[in-house]
Amino acid sequence: MLRTTPFHERTAPLSLGQNWRRWAGYTVASSYELSHDREYFAIRNSAALLDVSPLYKYHVNGRDASRLLDRVVTRDVGKSKVGQVLYTPWCDAHGKVIDDGTIARLGEQSFRITSAEPNFRWLGDNARRLDVSIDDVSDRIASLALQGPNARSILEQAAEQDLTSVKYFRLTTASIRGTPVTITRTGYTGDLGYEIWMEAGVAIPVWDALIQCGTPYGIVPCGILALDVARIEAGLLLLDVDYVSTRHALIEAQKSSPLELSLDWTVSFDKPHFNGRAAIHAERARGAAWKFVGVEVDWVSLEELFTTLGLAPRLPTQAWRTSVPLYDGNGSAQVGYATSGCWSPILKRYLTLAHVEARYAKPGTPLTIEVTVEHRRKRALATVRSLPFFNPERKRA
Amino acid sequence: MTTRSGRYDAIIIGGGHNGLVNAAYLARAGRKVVVLERRHLVGGAAVTEEIYPGFKFSVFSYVVSLLRPEIIRELDLPRHGLEILPLESTITPMFNGDYLGSWADHDQTRQELVRHSRRDAEAYDEYGKLMHHMAMAVKPILAMVPPDPTSMAPSDLRGMLKFGLNFRSLSRKHFHALYKLMTMSSGDFLDEWFETDVLKATKSASGIIGTFMGPRTPGSAYVLLHHYMGEIDGAFRAWGFAKGGTGAISESIASAARELGAEIRLNTTVSQIKSTGGRITGVVLESGDELASDVVVTSLDPKRTFLTLMEERDLPADFVQDIRRYKIRGSSGKVNCALSALPDFTCLPGIGPHHRGAISISPSMEYVERAYDDAKYGEFSRRPYMDIVFPSMIDPQMAPPGRHVMSVFVQYAPSNINGGWDATKREAFGDAVIDAIERVAPNIRGTILHRQVLTPQDIEDITGLTEGNIFQGELALHQLFFLRPAPGWAKFRGPLRGLYQCGAATHPGGGIMGAGGRLAAREILKDGIR
Repeated sequence: MLRTTPFHERTAPLSLGQNWRRWAGYTVASSYELSHDREYFAIRNSAALLDVSPLYKYHVNGRDASRLLDRVVTRDVGKSKVGQVLYTPWCDAHGKVIDDGTIARLGEQSFRITSAEPNFRWLGDNARRLDVSIDDVSDRIASLALQGPNARSILEQAAEQDLTSVKYFRLTTASIRGTPVTITRTGYTGDLGYEIWMEAGVAIPVWDALIQCGTPYGIVPCGILALDVARIEAGLLLLDVDYVSTRHALIEAQKSSPLELSLDWTVSFDKPHFNGRAAIHAERARGAAWKFVGVEVDWVSLEELFTTLGLAPRLPTQAWRTSVPLYDGNGSAQVGYATSGCWSPILKRYLTLAHVEARYAKPGTPLTIEVTVEHRRKRALATVRSLPFFNPERKRA
Repeated sequence: MTTRSGRYDAIIIGGGHNGLVNAAYLARAGRKVVVLERRHLVGGAAVTEEIYPGFKFSVFSYVVSLLRPEIIRELDLPRHGLEILPLESTITPMFNGDYLGSWADHDQTRQELVRHSRRDAEAYDEYGKLMHHMAMAVKPILAMVPPDPTSMAPSDLRGMLKFGLNFRSLSRKHFHALYKLMTMSSGDFLDEWFETDVLKATKSASGIIGTFMGPRTPGSAYVLLHHYMGEIDGAFRAWGFAKGGTGAISESIASAARELGAEIRLNTTVSQIKSTGGRITGVVLESGDELASDVVVTSLDPKRTFLTLMEERDLPADFVQDIRRYKIRGSSGKVNCALSALPDFTCLPGIGPHHRGAISISPSMEYVERAYDDAKYGEFSRRPYMDIVFPSMIDPQMAPPGRHVMSVFVQYAPSNINGGWDATKREAFGDAVIDAIERVAPNIRGTILHRQVLTPQDIEDITGLTEGNIFQGELALHQLFFLRPAPGWAKFRGPLRGLYQCGAATHPGGGIMGAGGRLAAREILKDGIR
């Protein structure tokens, strides 16, 4: 039997189509309504409330807490300030990515790290001879994401606190209806948004407060399908979809380095040591073989493939998560593969996230992409774009 | 670029969406252009205004479907702020306390139809498929300059061939259906498909929007198709709501046009289009200033352009005659309300998903036809057909938190009402609208904080659209394609060298489509006058 999250009592009756999916051993809503359209537009136009409790969460405390994290991840945790949140990948000794997540600095010697997969053992293995405690709080801490342009107004009312001083990737503590919570200005949508962290036992009153304060602002409970479109627009990669963890990779070619995932900005070579440093350093010197980029499918070319058959173009309004071959501009050689794609209702563009050979990674580079039209494999024109595709000012404002 | 200093390569009269689209495309081609807008904001009939503090209204045109995807793409309108939100359902409350619903989910709609008629539930899919084929056949025509079938010019012959080939893909059955759509009344056409009265009434209502026709008037079936051609994300018949109201669409086009180098002058009224020896020379402004250009593009309706801004002696007599005969026939009004709370519909009590879609007041064919009868004899409908939406339910920013705006499109309100419109009639018309809503939502009156009633006369006074028709002339077959607005003048040109038309009175007609603006720009660039 799969587990349910601390919000299940509220989310279960909302699920009109019983459209659930698995996430880290939990059931969560794919969409609450029969289609995810309105949930998507809530992310971009009002506010969406997402149950993100299945994330893995670890509390790392102690004198050497930041030393431990600095050994593990590529970002410089020691330099971070209390109240700051860092996004970071972490690697094996060969500089290939194991997982990615966020690290919130709750205190000088107190951190919370989130991840897509279990990392208790990995953190422990790296903590030898360090004065640090690692607690798996995945089940103990429930979390909600409140994302969208109205997120701040709603949360300010629920927490009865001004949040304008909480900048992008910063956190604050607050109280919602007497329940202590941590609010981080983070999310997986590339929009203005927050994540709210609380003890699982008091999750329901927090949900209720947010729904109540959010209703006049158009809050909509939102499932994973809508989130998937938003995160592609935001150019945010997803473990097991856009890259394979070294833990699961069966062959070398399945692994990716942070540089190959275009996460160069997260690698702090200033740090004398972290897992994979030497390998990544050497890779930087010779240049990464692959890059992770945005690729836009050309509309006119796609439409033509359908029109010649007397059909209107069919668009992926639900994001796809399969590997699709990418070829060079002439279509003569395969130069990469797209791993996620969707029609962006807000940008009116067909977007994909893709791995391409480094020399094809420059924005503007013409490519062709395989599309299946009426059972036949065709190729449409496509162009490399810089990420994120969608980056509203309000995200950081 | 060979711009003579101080001169414009083109002057566009009217900052409605078509004028703005036209300016954007001309500017994109390197032309120095200026748009002259009489009001303090761009948009024409596609404007958002805060007519009551804190409440924003799409004052006239209120939904979007027809805006051409190629324009959104080519002008990169999403980057300029265009966001289209889905408007998913339509509910028709009936006077017996029941309702007919059409929802975003296919199964849900089907189940709903089964409640009314098992046969219709099955016919519905087939009907949808037929209309899809019709829309596919008509779609390329939206992007073509209408060829003149009486002309032997190679371009016209090529155009007619292209036009004909377009229908080659249609099966015989489909061709017959298309012919029927072009000639029948929407009521008769729907009778061939459905038996449920309220379903036919609601569908036929989209065949009368913005026209002076009843559901039993021959030719009204075409308007069904006109409203079916709208396309959002590749799906036909998708209706949407622009975030920020329809004014946001105009603003996004204006922003694109400005970025491309177009100049937009607000509060600038043109009083005359000047010509000499059959050539356009520029415009005279109400201020007395003159602007010189060899090209003037009008986005206004043809009566306003040719009968008020130009001297009759400057135009061919038969052309003036045709423009006089052109039927505009304003037939609809608009009521915009600021609400303290949402109305509670007897048929679906409480607040629900139906508040996020359209509410159609079209309970029966007879109701709609009788609404037309009033108008036929020169009165507004005592019991009008109405299309109601609550934009604040789709975009909460349209009203203060917890409050709402209601947009009511009302038909019929004839522009040439007996004795003319006045304040008393306007209020009586507004009362008739609220009375009619009250029949299905008894608490409506108590929720109204502010009411704005717009008669066709008001629409004309504010926007300048003759007879207050937002389509700039009836969408009747005798005024479409190569006959819009006048035989021989359907190719976006006027009868003088350098004079062009790009408004809804040109092919392919009304709605926030922008096709006229884009096609006209293409023709102007082809002629090479500057």
